[in-house]
Amino acid sequence: MNAANAPLPGWVTFFLMPLLNLGTALLISGFVIWMIGQNPFEALSVLLNGALGSGMGIGFTLFYATNFIFTGLSVAMAYHAGLFNIGSEGQAYVGGLGCALVALALDQYVPWYVTMPFAILGAAIFGAAWAFIPAWLQAKRGSHIVITTIMFNFIGAALMVYLLVHVLKPAGAMSPETRGFAAGGQLPNLDWLMAMFGSRLGPAPLNVSFIIGLVMCFAVWFLIWRTKFGYSVRALGMSKTAATYAGIPYARTVIITMLMSGGLAGMMALNVVMGSADRLQVEFVGGAGFVGIAVSLMGRNHPLGILMAAILFGILYQGGAQLSFMMPQITRDMIVMIQGLVILFAGALEFLYRPALVRIFSRRQSLAEA
Amino acid sequence: MSSSALADFKPALVYGTGGKFDKSFNESAYNGAEKFKADTGVEYRDFEPTGDAQGEQAILNFASMGFNPVVALSFAWKSAVEKIAPQFPDTNFYIVDDVIEAPNVQSVVFKEEQGSYLVGLLAAMKSETGTVGFVGGMDIPLIHKFGCGYAQGAKAANSDVSILRNMVGTTGAAWNDPVKAGELTKNQMDQGADVIYAAAGASGLGVLQAAADDEKFSIGVDSNQNYVHPGSVLTSMVKRVDNAVYDAFKASQDGTFEAGVNRLGVADNGVGWAYDEYNKPLITEDMLAAVEKAKEGIISGDIEVHDYSVDNTCPY
Repeated sequence: MNAANAPLPGWVTFFLMPLLNLGTALLISGFVIWMIGQNPFEALSVLLNGALGSGMGIGFTLFYATNFIFTGLSVAMAYHAGLFNIGSEGQAYVGGLGCALVALALDQYVPWYVTMPFAILGAAIFGAAWAFIPAWLQAKRGSHIVITTIMFNFIGAALMVYLLVHVLKPAGAMSPETRGFAAGGQLPNLDWLMAMFGSRLGPAPLNVSFIIGLVMCFAVWFLIWRTKFGYSVRALGMSKTAATYAGIPYARTVIITMLMSGGLAGMMALNVVMGSADRLQVEFVGGAGFVGIAVSLMGRNHPLGILMAAILFGILYQGGAQLSFMMPQITRDMIVMIQGLVILFAGALEFLYRPALVRIFSRRQSLAEA
Repeated sequence: MSSSALADFKPALVYGTGGKFDKSFNESAYNGAEKFKADTGVEYRDFEPTGDAQGEQAILNFASMGFNPVVALSFAWKSAVEKIAPQFPDTNFYIVDDVIEAPNVQSVVFKEEQGSYLVGLLAAMKSETGTVGFVGGMDIPLIHKFGCGYAQGAKAANSDVSILRNMVGTTGAAWNDPVKAGELTKNQMDQGADVIYAAAGASGLGVLQAAADDEKFSIGVDSNQNYVHPGSVLTSMVKRVDNAVYDAFKASQDGTFEAGVNRLGVADNGVGWAYDEYNKPLITEDMLAAVEKAKEGIISGDIEVHDYSVDNTCPY
C-alpha cells in the first residue's frame, strides 16, 4: 500500500499527528533552552502559566488568537480554491484603514454597537479591495497570486505609512497614529465572559471581536461545505480543468474567493484597532497575517482546526512574551525560534510522521480483520 | 525607609525601539539605571520592545507585577502609558520625551533645542565649506526641535551658512537604520557639508561612520559619542537621559515622586555639549569661548532658542 495517501482514521490525522508535530517542536525547543543553560521545564511552566494561568493571561491569549482566527480563515478561504494568499498581512493592514475611518467618523455621535457593523463592513471592504487587484491579475492575466499578494503587502505598508504620517496624524503628535477614538469607537471587552468562569480579565484587551471571529468560523464552514458556491470553490481547488469543464466560471470564482479572503483578513483590524489600541497605529498587524498561513496549514484549512491552531499560537505569543519577560536570559529571538519550530513541524513538515502512523494503523487494521 | 519597603522597591525601565545598546538614547538610560544599581544596590528590570504592541504589554506587565516606578522611555509609549496609568493609580509612571497629564505620571522632556544650538554654533565655526548637515531619525516634531536649534546655532555663528537637512524615515524603524543614515550623510557630504549632526538614535552610528570614513566631522547625540571615532566626532549633544532615569528611580525610592512636567534644559544640565579628551584637539580656543558664552546667554535668557514644538515651525 502506498504510504503517502493511505487512509488514516480521522482522529489520527486531525488530532494525533498535529500533537506529535507540536511535541517534537517543543522537544527541540526545550533542548535549545537546555543548551543555553536554562531549565526547559521551568520555561515551559512559565510559558503555560503566562498564557493560561490567570484571567489576564487567558485574555491576552484569546486576544492574539482572535487575530489569528481571522487571518487563518482568510488564508484557508483562498486555499480551498487552490490559491495561496500570502497577502493577508497587507489586507489586514489596509482593512484597518477602513475600520479606523468609520470609527473616526462615528465615534463621537453614536454608541459602539452602532459603529461596529459599519466598522466590520469598512474593514472587510478595504481588505477585500486590497485583494481585488491580485485576484483580477490571477484570474484574467495569469499573474501568480503568491507574487502579487506579497508585493501588495509592501505597497500596503507604504500606503499606510504615508497616510498615517501625512494625513491621519493629528498636528504636533509624535507617533504615526490617528487620534484616539471616543467611547463610540471602542469595542467593549469580554469581562463578563471571564466573570462567568469566576475569573477577571483585568487589563487584557479581549473584546467582542473574538465572538465575531467565532461566528466567522461557522460562516466560513457553512459557506465552504454547505453551499453551491463553496462546492465550486472546492472543485476549483481540486482541479482547475475539471472545474472549468464542469461549467464553473474560473475568473469569477477566483475573484469572489479572493475578495472574501481579503475581507476576512481585513476584519482582523477590528480586534486591534477598535478593540485594543482604540486608534490606528503604524504596523499594527505585527505579522499576524503571516502567522495566519501557519494557523491555516496546521488547522488543515478547516475552521475548527483553525480555531484550535489560533489558540495554540495565541498561547505561544502570550506565553512567549511572558517567558522573555520572566526569564530575561531567554531573549525575544529565542521565542521567535520556538514559534518557528512549531511552524516548521506543524506546517511545513506536517506529514513527517504520516508514513510511520500509516504502517502502525494498517497493521492494526489487518490484524483486526484477520 | 524600612528594610521591607526597600525590598519591595522594584523599579522598571522600558526602552524605546532603537535597542538597548544604541550608544545613544537608550544606552544613556541604561547607564543611568546601572548607576542607580551600583549606588543603591537595588535591582531593576528592563525590557527592550521591538514593536508598539510589545512596549504596551511590557509596561502593563511591569505595572501589574508591582513594579514601581515604571519608566517608559520614548514618546512611542505615550498612548500606552495614557491607557495603563489610570489602572494603577498607586504606581509612579514616567514618560520621557512626551507629555501626559495624569495624577501619577511625570513627563520628562528636554530642551533639546538649547543643546542643539550649542553644537550648531560649533559646527558652523568648524566648517570650512560653509555647509553643515543634519540627519534626523524619525520625521517628527521632536527631531525637528533638534534640527531647528542646530540651524539657529549655526546661523548665529555664520549667517551665511547653508544647512542640509534629511530624515531617515517616518516610522520607529528609522531609529535603527544606520545604513540609510550613512547614505544620507554621504549625499550631504557630496553637496559640500563637512560637519554633520546626527539626531537619530542607533541610526546615528551610520552618520558617524560615514563622516569618519570621509575624514569629515560629525556630531553625536544623546550619549557622549566622542569616543566612537576620535578625531572625527566634533562633539556630542548630550541629553542626560541617564540622569533623568537615575532621578526617577531615586525620587520614587525616596517617596518624593511628583506628577507634572519636568523640563530639563542647559541650565539644569539636562542638555549640553560634550568636551573630553577625544575631541579636545578639534575644539579651538575661539570655539570654546564662543560656545561657553552662548551657554551663559541661554542660561541668563539673553539668547532665546526657538522651540519647534511650540508652533511646529522653524524660522531658521
